[in-house]
Amino acid sequence: MAAERKTKLSKNLLRMKFMQRGLDSETKKQLEEEEKKIISEEHWYLDLPELKEKESFIIEEQSFLLCEDLLYGRMSFRGFNPEVEKLMLQMNAKNKAEEVEEQTVELDVSDEEMARRYETLVGTIGKKFAKKRDRALYEEDENGDIKPVKAKKMFLKPQD
Amino acid sequence: MAEAASVPAESLAGCRARAARTVLDQVVLPGEELLLPEQEDGEGPGGAGERPLRLNAAARSRGRVVCGPGLRRCGDRLLVTKCGRLRHKEPGSGSGGGVYWVDSQQKRYVPVKGDHVIGIVTAKSGDIFKVDVGGSEPASLSYLAFEGATKRNRPNVQVGDLIYGQFVVANKDMEPEMVCIDSCGRANGMGVIGQDGLLFKVTLGLIRKLLAPDCEILQEVGKLYPMEIVFGMNGRIWVKAKTIQQTLILANILEACEHMTTDQRKQIFSRLAES
Repeated sequence: MAAERKTKLSKNLLRMKFMQRGLDSETKKQLEEEEKKIISEEHWYLDLPELKEKESFIIEEQSFLLCEDLLYGRMSFRGFNPEVEKLMLQMNAKNKAEEVEEQTVELDVSDEEMARRYETLVGTIGKKFAKKRDRALYEEDENGDIKPVKAKKMFLKPQD
Repeated sequence: MAEAASVPAESLAGCRARAARTVLDQVVLPGEELLLPEQEDGEGPGGAGERPLRLNAAARSRGRVVCGPGLRRCGDRLLVTKCGRLRHKEPGSGSGGGVYWVDSQQKRYVPVKGDHVIGIVTAKSGDIFKVDVGGSEPASLSYLAFEGATKRNRPNVQVGDLIYGQFVVANKDMEPEMVCIDSCGRANGMGVIGQDGLLFKVTLGLIRKLLAPDCEILQEVGKLYPMEIVFGMNGRIWVKAKTIQQTLILANILEACEHMTTDQRKQIFSRLAES
């Protein structure tokens, strides 16, 4: 009974994945191509010559933004709303493309502050590496900043 | 009848198209056809005889001409659809053949993509707000289209609030959609407009006039007293000042300045400055 039924497997069954594992790649490719052919033959197409769209050089736009340089719509005067005033500067500057001015990078810390910090930093770090005897040389300023005392104790030769 | 037909502005059959260049800043009427500068070379009657050698290829490769509001493309020509003055803007940086548009006046707003408008929230349904912008349909605004909005962190928007936003979708086939953030996700001043103040409606042309870069009216108004103004391209203006009286004065000035001459305006400002 099994021998009689062997050749009557349906096409759908043969297309299933577990049935195809045994096939070699050529047979698989052929099957795929046959399927694609069937599908593409079922598509309808018009038998007309290809119409080439005329390349037009006029573009239609309904927006006024392209036509006129309009300012930003939110405005505040005489400090009524400081955030809006900041926005005004930002947005209008963007429109006018004055980005050349804005290329100077805004410093987070000013130069003076940097110098001040560095001055005290030298003292703090210097204290860390100084030996125990030399640590006494570093005094604390009124502000709590550590400043190195300039005069270091050197050996004084007896004058006589 | 023969003389009438030869006048180029005749709008009956046999109208000759005029060159756009010659009509700049003049009034044009709907139905007129305009020729772009490159096409008028061969159109004139005297051109056939002594046509100078023009590099038409160079002219055509000049780039695309943009036809703005009030104009439509009709083959190779521009067709006027609104009455007003024809304007032209030269291309700023190289590419493009410039922009032509018609400066017309109207009160009815039609949503356009990219426009910043003031809308009034009319309904809250599920995830979107319905916002009345003065067009044929209320625009939809998603609650996620605000800066810093997430599904858990919803924006605090109630029915009746004023919203300043821009359109992302606006065409004649679909309902307009607006958002209150830009493409980077930042608000840039858009969102709910604060408490108090007064919203009133003006013509669209006045808004464009006031938002022009060199508008004297705004400069003079700004000197009067501290105030805040928001302009929506749909003809709505929201003003706020410290007292109700100042707000009302401001609203009246902005409405009236459309029909005043420069001298009248200066008179009124000087009187206000005194009081």
